[in-house]
Amino acid sequence: MEGSADGVLVKVEGLSCVFGSGDSLTRVLCDVDLTVGRSRTLGLVGESGSGKSMLMKSILGIAPRSARIDGKVTFNGTDLSTLGEGQRRRFLGRRVGIVFQNSATSLNPFVRVGRQIEEASRYHFGLSKAQGKKLSIELMGAVGLPDPAECYEQYPHQFSGGMKQRIMIATALACKPDLLIADEATTALDVTVQKQVLDLLQSLQEERQMSMILVTHNLGIVAGRTDEAAVMYGGRIVERGPTEALFRDPRHRYTAALLEAIPRADQPAHTRLQSIPGRPPDVLRPIPGCPFAPRCTAVEAQCIERMPAVAKTADERHSFACYAPVGEGSRGPAAASGAQTGGG
Amino acid sequence: MMAARHPEPDTTRTDAAVGDGYLRDEALLKVRNLEVRFRRSGRTIEAVAGISIDVVSGETLGLVGESGCGKTTTGRAILRLLPAGNSRISGSVEYGGEDLGSLSKARMRAVRRHLQMIFQDPLSSFNPRRKVWDIVGEGLAIQGVSKKETAKRTEAVLSEVGMSRAMVEGRRPHEFSGGQCQRIAIARVLALEPDLIVCDEPVASLDVSVQAQVINLLQDIRETRNLALIFISHDLAVVRSVSDRVAVMYMGKIVEIGEADLIYGRPAHPYTRTLLEAVPMPDVNVKLKPAAVGTEMPSPSRPPSGCRFRTRCPRAQEVCEAVEPLLRRMPQGQFAACHFPHDEPAPGALGMRESGPGAVGEAPPIRPTDIRESANDRYRSTA
Repeated sequence: MEGSADGVLVKVEGLSCVFGSGDSLTRVLCDVDLTVGRSRTLGLVGESGSGKSMLMKSILGIAPRSARIDGKVTFNGTDLSTLGEGQRRRFLGRRVGIVFQNSATSLNPFVRVGRQIEEASRYHFGLSKAQGKKLSIELMGAVGLPDPAECYEQYPHQFSGGMKQRIMIATALACKPDLLIADEATTALDVTVQKQVLDLLQSLQEERQMSMILVTHNLGIVAGRTDEAAVMYGGRIVERGPTEALFRDPRHRYTAALLEAIPRADQPAHTRLQSIPGRPPDVLRPIPGCPFAPRCTAVEAQCIERMPAVAKTADERHSFACYAPVGEGSRGPAAASGAQTGGG
Repeated sequence: MMAARHPEPDTTRTDAAVGDGYLRDEALLKVRNLEVRFRRSGRTIEAVAGISIDVVSGETLGLVGESGCGKTTTGRAILRLLPAGNSRISGSVEYGGEDLGSLSKARMRAVRRHLQMIFQDPLSSFNPRRKVWDIVGEGLAIQGVSKKETAKRTEAVLSEVGMSRAMVEGRRPHEFSGGQCQRIAIARVLALEPDLIVCDEPVASLDVSVQAQVINLLQDIRETRNLALIFISHDLAVVRSVSDRVAVMYMGKIVEIGEADLIYGRPAHPYTRTLLEAVPMPDVNVKLKPAAVGTEMPSPSRPPSGCRFRTRCPRAQEVCEAVEPLLRRMPQGQFAACHFPHDEPAPGALGMRESGPGAVGEAPPIRPTDIRESANDRYRSTA
């Protein structure tokens, strides 16, 4: 089809999202640039309230109606702003699959799960009942539900949390999407089940050559399973780049501080964690400069006044917005410990 | 038919090697054979199936496991905080020489002052209509401390958790962030000067950047006050960073318990390994390869026979179905309940980092010890 030659599936440029006006203006997203490569996995990391979910919703055009959204989103070469609401729904509905955090509330408790899985494909591709059922059972097999034919007739409450998340994934896959978004899809699950679901997502992504966005607050998930990573803070992307570069050489002060704040299973007991003072920014009371400035150890006067411009590192793909970045080559803690094994 | 082919449960062997080697007489809190049963719609669920743990002053015991394994129930049963109506508790919980189960209500209230709890969601454990100042002092008021003394102590503990009278005066819980609420919860508990605090997922609801602050605070007060902590969490990395000893629970039982370094560095029980391998590490050198679809925890109302983990265990053999393994000392030092335990270091990023990043997810070869060999031989000869 149309497509863009540079291997980019989604391109977001200067995306902003505001609620209200005048004194009660709330800037949820601010000048966000992002790209998702074809058949690549992007990890979007941020704490609660950083704007991760709002960014996904703004891209898909499913943000609340009271939100004002500016900026350009290109999907597979098509500028989404040129499409009307119905057109956008038909266009994205079959190209994007999304898995939300809480599968229990995303599934309709009164409808058999099989019907819910096939619903989107019957709408978009006009499949018959029999075709839909065949597809549904096929997908349930693909996501590892035991005995798919029997599961088809069951209701959501008959499944455990991990199984419901698999059903959500099957639903998201029904239209053979080009992009799969997993918005904190494994946050509510136990580590062992989380691993199973992430493994499943990863193998499906490889098998179907989809692009994937893993939205999470867990840096561990991003480190092992993504090609690129973007770090959000206070409605901005403060740093993005190839996952490996970002973890080895974090440049933004927030990324570096975050990497040091995580307790790690390979640290001895009673290790003092490097905590970040203060608390996440309040979107209702934004500062004109860098959102991390009030908590940053290297804060300068200009940080509070103006948002720093996006700078690139030697690696063109790795960019950050910080006046006083962490020095190049001064490895973050995660990379430092890993580097020893690499060298040994 | 199947059962007839299995060896007799060899209790003599296990009992000799087992036991309570990990339990200590001098402990501050002694939990012995604790069992908790709930009745739900006619069925009985054994949430805690006979566990024994203890804690000495100044020590942190981490309690880990998946949701539904009974870790929270254990914490609440210790403090007698379970609803009396539908739960049955047996076994003993001894604190300072007194069995908490046999205490009168009035005596229990007096003892509670020494045994406190911090909950996962502080906001829902506070009364939203009360002022924070009163919430922090409430415990003292219940204990009959004078108003003047209460105010003095409240102010002192608030400053100990990095807050002040001016910050909380006249304000209610909803005006504070999650991290601040957790500090208030800690202050409220500290006001009573407890000896032991049960922390039930104290940082699970906090953002990473705030989580570190609260963990550090807990570490500081533990050290300055020589507190004993029981730290309940599903986050293995957090537990590692705070715990001296760790107990791993599965379906109401302890499957492995010992020094944190051993549990993380050379875990013996396959379940502990499964848990550790599932922890996402913030390390780009650990490349994850998708593994085969795993299985889930069986229903707690119908636990499997023998070893409860056998339905998910990569090492399970027929003896695991017939004979329930008891906790016994492993060559590396900790106690584990398994017929075929591991003794090699944990693979990959965890533990000793001996096997390198590529080893994650690869099943290590089984190297049975003599005990395990004999169990196997007997199985083969009867098969």
